[in-house]
Amino acid sequence: MDERAAPILELTKVERIFGGGRTLFAREKPAVHAVQSVSLDIEAGETLGIVGESGCGKSTLARLIVGLDNPSGGTIRFKDADLAEIARRDPAALARRIQYVFQDPVSSLNPRKTIRSILEAPLIHLLGMKRAKRQERLVQLMDAVRLRPDFLDRYPHEFSGGQAQRIGIARALAAEPEIIVLDEPVSALDVSVQAQVLNLLAELKARFRLTYVFISHDLSVVETISDRVAVMYFGRLAEIGPARSIFRNPRHHYTRLLLRSVPVPGREVSIPETESAEMPDPYDPPKGCAFYPRCPAGDALCVSRQPPLEPAPGSTSHLAACFHPGSVTGEAAG
Amino acid sequence: MSAVAQTVSRSKAGGRPQGLRLLLNNRLAAAGLVVLALMIAAALAAPLLPLADPNATAPADRLLRPLSEGHLLGTDALGRDILSRLVWGARVSLAVGISATVIAAFVGSLIGLVAGYAGGRTDNLLMRGIDMVMAFPYILLALAIVAVLGPGLLNALYAIAVINVPFFARNIRGITLGLSRREFVDAARLSGKSHLKILTTEILPNVLPVIVITMSTTIGWMILETAGLSFLGLGAQPPQADLGSMLGEGRKILFNAPHVSIIPGVAIFLLVMSINLVGDGIRDVLDPRLRSGALTRPVARTAIELDDEEGPSSRTSGGNLLDVAGLRTEFRIGPTVHEAVGGVDLHLAGAECLGIVGESGSGKSVTAMSIMGLVPTPPGRITGGAITLKDEDLLAASDERIRQLRGGAVSHVFQDPLATLHPLFTVGDQIAEAITAHQPASRSQAWKKAEELLRLVRISNPAQRLDAYPHELSGGMRQRVSIAMALANDADVLIADEPTTALDVTVQAQVLALMNKLRREKNASILFITHDFGVVSAICDRVAVMYAGKIVETGRTSEILAAPAHPYTRKLIDCVPVLGEPERRLDAIEGLPPPVSDLPQGCAFAPRCPIAQPECRAQAVELAPLGKERAARCLYPLTHTTGVSADG
Repeated sequence: MDERAAPILELTKVERIFGGGRTLFAREKPAVHAVQSVSLDIEAGETLGIVGESGCGKSTLARLIVGLDNPSGGTIRFKDADLAEIARRDPAALARRIQYVFQDPVSSLNPRKTIRSILEAPLIHLLGMKRAKRQERLVQLMDAVRLRPDFLDRYPHEFSGGQAQRIGIARALAAEPEIIVLDEPVSALDVSVQAQVLNLLAELKARFRLTYVFISHDLSVVETISDRVAVMYFGRLAEIGPARSIFRNPRHHYTRLLLRSVPVPGREVSIPETESAEMPDPYDPPKGCAFYPRCPAGDALCVSRQPPLEPAPGSTSHLAACFHPGSVTGEAAG
Repeated sequence: MSAVAQTVSRSKAGGRPQGLRLLLNNRLAAAGLVVLALMIAAALAAPLLPLADPNATAPADRLLRPLSEGHLLGTDALGRDILSRLVWGARVSLAVGISATVIAAFVGSLIGLVAGYAGGRTDNLLMRGIDMVMAFPYILLALAIVAVLGPGLLNALYAIAVINVPFFARNIRGITLGLSRREFVDAARLSGKSHLKILTTEILPNVLPVIVITMSTTIGWMILETAGLSFLGLGAQPPQADLGSMLGEGRKILFNAPHVSIIPGVAIFLLVMSINLVGDGIRDVLDPRLRSGALTRPVARTAIELDDEEGPSSRTSGGNLLDVAGLRTEFRIGPTVHEAVGGVDLHLAGAECLGIVGESGSGKSVTAMSIMGLVPTPPGRITGGAITLKDEDLLAASDERIRQLRGGAVSHVFQDPLATLHPLFTVGDQIAEAITAHQPASRSQAWKKAEELLRLVRISNPAQRLDAYPHELSGGMRQRVSIAMALANDADVLIADEPTTALDVTVQAQVLALMNKLRREKNASILFITHDFGVVSAICDRVAVMYAGKIVETGRTSEILAAPAHPYTRKLIDCVPVLGEPERRLDAIEGLPPPVSDLPQGCAFAPRCPIAQPECRAQAVELAPLGKERAARCLYPLTHTTGVSADG
């Protein structure tokens, strides 16, 4: 990644283990590695898409980035400062720089609070704004997400999903953060509303010079919005690189499977596999590549050890964790 | 009680203006409220009322019967006026009951809030303490507390408050636990709120109605307990009157002067009864589930009230497996009528897959649920149309016949298999039950068949998986089990309501491929409901696009995808990102669909349509044929050359 500018966020071998420890009788409790040794950089102003199936650890990673959770190992650095350190010392300072948009717009808004008091909270607690200034800023925020200012005194249940998600976005924008982590922001929305929100996100990014971490299971949405894409499988990065390169020339067999599985209008369903799509048992992770049981190109090497994340020939930015990347010309999404 | 009433009225002002009216609509609660109001008024006005001194003894006038001169309710063993003692005693009982409730509610809720929010060790510590309090029989505990503190009204109050703390703590902790894992709490943390602030400003407002409900149902209980302690001589000390001690004093002379104990007994009964009635009323008003009628048990089949006189036979074309003509289904909620399905025509041939596409609220699910009468009544009802399955009129069929058909000839696969599979039975039990409900099969035969079905839906180790509980399977596996259940009785029609929406893409692809294959193998037709055109093109032969309860376009999938005729279809296709076309600009549909309770007179899409003309708004637009198997509900259908978006 030599040719890239200095990253705004730098994850080094980040790990998150749930459970573990010992019981009262010194028996080991089972532990789940939700995120394992994830290293990636996020450059200011880019949109990094993170894709993967449910249970791959993408949401856990998102929570680690905003400081809602702490890594069990590895470090996350935000502009040369340790993120866990900032989160512990001054959570508000972190919340001023990195914000979060939740998946379910309705459950992320307190049903008993007006939109005004929801949006005012970050202005009061993070920025310490005075009342007059707050009113001005609230109107600006509502305008930014294209909602009428008179909605401010209504309650969340009076809004449709799309409107509620815009309020969620306005709340994230309120503190003027540099990075916004969007955890499946459109997957709970209707298709027609999804496009409205995606267009709004693109516009806000340009207007406020934001950096997005966009998490989704929907590859076509990620392809539309991302500059770079990271594919996660079973808590690890399977592949990372420029969006165009990943979608045109996927190097990991899992990425290929994902791309083949997306239903595209006018394309026949090709059955990617008939056997189970089970992930390995998280309590008993395999020694080698977790994708091996589903992989068409797996061999003894894949079982023996973890494939390292290595750059593709001729490209320093496109990395894949696969011993047998095979043909470089992808068969999907041509 | 007045404190409760105040809180209730405040929360009513917040968002539920008809709260008091609803409370008064409940006759029993209203009666309770009247009795209670009278008793409270009398108790409050005791110093002003022309009553005799409650503690003035008059040995000459002892044990006078009720209605005697100067003593309306008679006198007790010391010649004290019972009416006066009753009013003053009720005052004491009410005061003790209410203050004990307030103390218990405050302490209990505080413990519950902290335990539920903090979780982990704090939760464990607090709740085990609460468990210890609960481990004693409550009356013994109260006796022990009074024994330590010494008898007296105030000590009785403390004792009663303490023994009721666990009740509040457990209730509130459970609710807080659920709330504090909700996303809005994380959002508040990211808005910079401290834990204390989150607890008081985010969680407490959501817990408050529950505290109020719990209080209103506990006060009566508390008054009884106070009376109990006083009855035992541990509460109010002579000569002070309270309802319990009056009862206790009367007990000794129950046979020669029954009125001395009966009158306070009746008073306690009236007071507690009225409080409980009002408490139940308040609970019904505040509990949103009870309000929306969710707890009123829907009947087994959607009510059918056909308005139109047209015979069903004249409208069905015949020859199809399933025919739906002019179906109208509406929901009546209060005074508003939501016309969820407003005249839908569908037909399904053998081994065909018809997709119904639309946004949420377009009526696609209600259409599908209406076929087997699965729309909940109340509030739903079918008000028009005809549904025929293999020449059998389903709307005229008996409930028994419909029950045979459900899961038999017509079966359903729903979106969330975790919600549709019973969590406490194994997968095998549930499939076997589906089989034995329709076929004369022994348990072992059914079990064998279940195993075959699991093999059919490509589940590895089917024999083992039969013993698995739904939560032990992945989402894709669970959906396969649902499909296996739907196929258990060789269904002719499979109604699949967004069966792949909750699944991961790779699993979705598998399930789609599986359904595609099974319908050919089993010769079953599928009614496939989805919002995703990608999924439609993967499995459906024909597609019907719904908007605001009506079909706006129908035709062969490939034709509609290539050249949509209705502007809505066009927009719906254009607003979805397509893999491999990242540069395409997403053409969002501005605005929202109209509410089905207030549909416009003309075309429902006209307010959002870029090419709408005045005629579109003037009158209802009919579904006009556009060639073979193709129709659109549009006055200006798009052709290949005209487009609504500029991407040409």
